[in-house]
Amino acid sequence: MPTLHTVNKSPFDKTSLNSCLRFAKDGSSILLIEDGVYAALNGTTFTEAVKTAMKNVTVYALQPDIEARGMANKVIDGIKLVDYAGFVDLVEQNDRVESWL
Amino acid sequence: MKLGVQVNEGPYQHQASDSAYQFVKAAVEKGHEIFRVFFYHDGVNNGTRLATPPQDDRNVANRWSELAAKHDIDLVLCVAAAQRRGIADADEAKRNGKDADNIAPGFRISGLGQLIEAGIQCDRLVVFGD
Repeated sequence: MPTLHTVNKSPFDKTSLNSCLRFAKDGSSILLIEDGVYAALNGTTFTEAVKTAMKNVTVYALQPDIEARGMANKVIDGIKLVDYAGFVDLVEQNDRVESWL
Repeated sequence: MKLGVQVNEGPYQHQASDSAYQFVKAAVEKGHEIFRVFFYHDGVNNGTRLATPPQDDRNVANRWSELAAKHDIDLVLCVAAAQRRGIADADEAKRNGKDADNIAPGFRISGLGQLIEAGIQCDRLVVFGD
């Protein structure tokens, strides 16, 4: 019964990603969108937390939002990039969507 | 698959309205059914036809209206949220003694029950906003 979690806030601004990481069960997926994609940036104070989480959950980031922020070559290895069609696929593949706002 | 979408944020505020629009568009293009888009809180500001953004900018309300017309999508504004923010259709304007209405084509005003129904009827409910 996998869950897709979406996070749309920067971890440097709000605690929604922290909350999400605390509650996300092993095997679930997290999709970073909007300012949430800043969590995908390599070399920040948040990078280790994301890498640790990636041992148990799959982390995705919305490519258009990554590109809009000039982060195309600065994403943590292992984070999967998806477009809006990929977002829709993730919604379909998981049993439910939890939007951390 | 039957999808419901909730939008809690107004246009030009941050990015939620744009994200929701792009998501709905992509879902329709993939052949999914959008059962309803429910606009709640500041999200009701997506549904005014009186907005006049600069010509080189996207017109969020028009964009929703066009998408709804093209794919027969149910766009619902929460009535209590709309009343607070001065969004009215002809009936609401009359009922509340206002001299005009401003709802955009393709939108309708209804209650929270519509959101609950979307939650029950849809395979997935995706929320965008603050």
